[in-house]
Amino acid sequence: MSELLSHTFMQRALIEAILIGGVCAVIGVYVVLNGLSFIGAGISHSTFAGVAFGLLLGVDPLITAMLFSTLVALSIGWVSERTDLKHDTSVGIFFAATMALGVLLIGFLKDTYVDVYSYLFGNILALTATDMWLSLAMTAIVLAVVLALFKEFLALSFDAEVASVMGLPVRVLHYLLLALIALTVVLSVKAVGVVLVSALIVTPAAAAHQLTVRFNRMMLLSIVIGVGSSVGGLLLSYWVDVPSGAGIVLIATMAFFLSWLLSPRRRARHQAASVPPTAA
Amino acid sequence: MSGQQDTSPVFDIEFRDVSVRYDHLPALEHVSFGIPHGSFWGIIGPNGSGKSTLVKTALGLLRPYHGSVRTLGYDPADLGPRRARLGYVPQYATLDFTFPLEVIDVVTMGLYGQIGIFRRITGAHRARAFEALERVQMQDFAQRQISMLSGGQRQRVLIARALAVNPALLILDEPTAALDHSSSEGLYEWINDLHRASGMTIVLVTHDIGVVSEYVDSVACLNRTLVAHGRPVDVLHTPTLENMYGCGAVLFGHGEVPHMVVRKEQARE
Repeated sequence: MSELLSHTFMQRALIEAILIGGVCAVIGVYVVLNGLSFIGAGISHSTFAGVAFGLLLGVDPLITAMLFSTLVALSIGWVSERTDLKHDTSVGIFFAATMALGVLLIGFLKDTYVDVYSYLFGNILALTATDMWLSLAMTAIVLAVVLALFKEFLALSFDAEVASVMGLPVRVLHYLLLALIALTVVLSVKAVGVVLVSALIVTPAAAAHQLTVRFNRMMLLSIVIGVGSSVGGLLLSYWVDVPSGAGIVLIATMAFFLSWLLSPRRRARHQAASVPPTAA
Repeated sequence: MSGQQDTSPVFDIEFRDVSVRYDHLPALEHVSFGIPHGSFWGIIGPNGSGKSTLVKTALGLLRPYHGSVRTLGYDPADLGPRRARLGYVPQYATLDFTFPLEVIDVVTMGLYGQIGIFRRITGAHRARAFEALERVQMQDFAQRQISMLSGGQRQRVLIARALAVNPALLILDEPTAALDHSSSEGLYEWINDLHRASGMTIVLVTHDIGVVSEYVDSVACLNRTLVAHGRPVDVLHTPTLENMYGCGAVLFGHGEVPHMVVRKEQARE
């Protein structure tokens, strides 16, 4: 292990794994409880176009991705609020359109070598120091906002209507949550890629939801599973030489199925269903 | 448009020629009425008659495109901190009870508006939430996970959440929708006792005409327009109900307040 950590790239990767595992898990709890999983996938795919803009303009792709994905996240919210389109329809349109835009823009970069594959599927071992510091700053922002508005996001997630009657700024909170999802996606994109990042957001939180009926505990378990999966995926990627994004997501998925099997709630339901009617 | 100042308004909810569209369709048309402070009102009407729209408009969740609305004497959009005097119990079928929360957490949420944004929940807030739970006789369930509750218990928890702020006006939207007949009757009686003991204004939305009319002071019959409103004994007569439900109905006596029996097969209620 100490030999492993003697490499600078490995130290960076480990810090990054802990950061993204944790922050995705925190945001994931709200994504799962608000039913925003598909929106998360839509936002993460839009990041590809944001990255392409950066490469084309010669700006750090993370900066353009951050601006573009936040814009897309807010637009998805706005379109579903203002039009008759169902939520999943508007996401479905943005999803494909932004991906197409990304491919189109990458197409203009004929002369430059671009490692498109690493943006699509992530490479946590290839992070620069700047990437890591940017991730650290964005993680700090996301966590600070969540901590400051902890009870407000809880009220929004459980009962937005009553939250609004109480005078909480429900619309602002909803858009803020979408923007936080976008930030989280962007800060994780170099490590797990645009295709897989939404899984790192949804899966640990969904696994935690299987294991507990208490909100704070769900948050904590989600973080443990998220950080565990991303660090596990990193080690897998180092030792077995598999793409880090795939390793991270598959470990998280295994954690989900394990949680589902162990779920006290599912087992209680199963037992209740198998009780003969006379005993009820 | 300053409305009355902080003196107690005559009406806790006042609609003047209010029309509201919901999903681009007219949901309420030219509705005018006033709910006096301290009264117990029933709002009845068939499904899709605009009952929930009316409630949401009074709470400021929907904006009318015509007419004026006053809630606690103010435009609902300008209620500001006075929102803490509103208690709202939504239809509970709209909520996800697999949400990882305990009963006490849900009731404490009723205080979030009062606690204020960025501020932390203290022991004093939890104590107030516990008091609200005592009022609905659910104090023994404080640590229970909400998915483990029965329909009637869930409803009581949502009422406790609304009562946590000690509201001046309590609005309940179809609180008995998921309850069986005897639980419904028990809940109506409990709400009636609450009204007598606290004197708070209570607005109860329901399509359960017979039972509710035994308790409320006044009833408003809604079918996109206000068909009639007034004392139950004056309002609940055959032409009103025919107007409202679009079907032949007869009433039979039961104490002071008549009950309705639907005569024709096409009646769906």
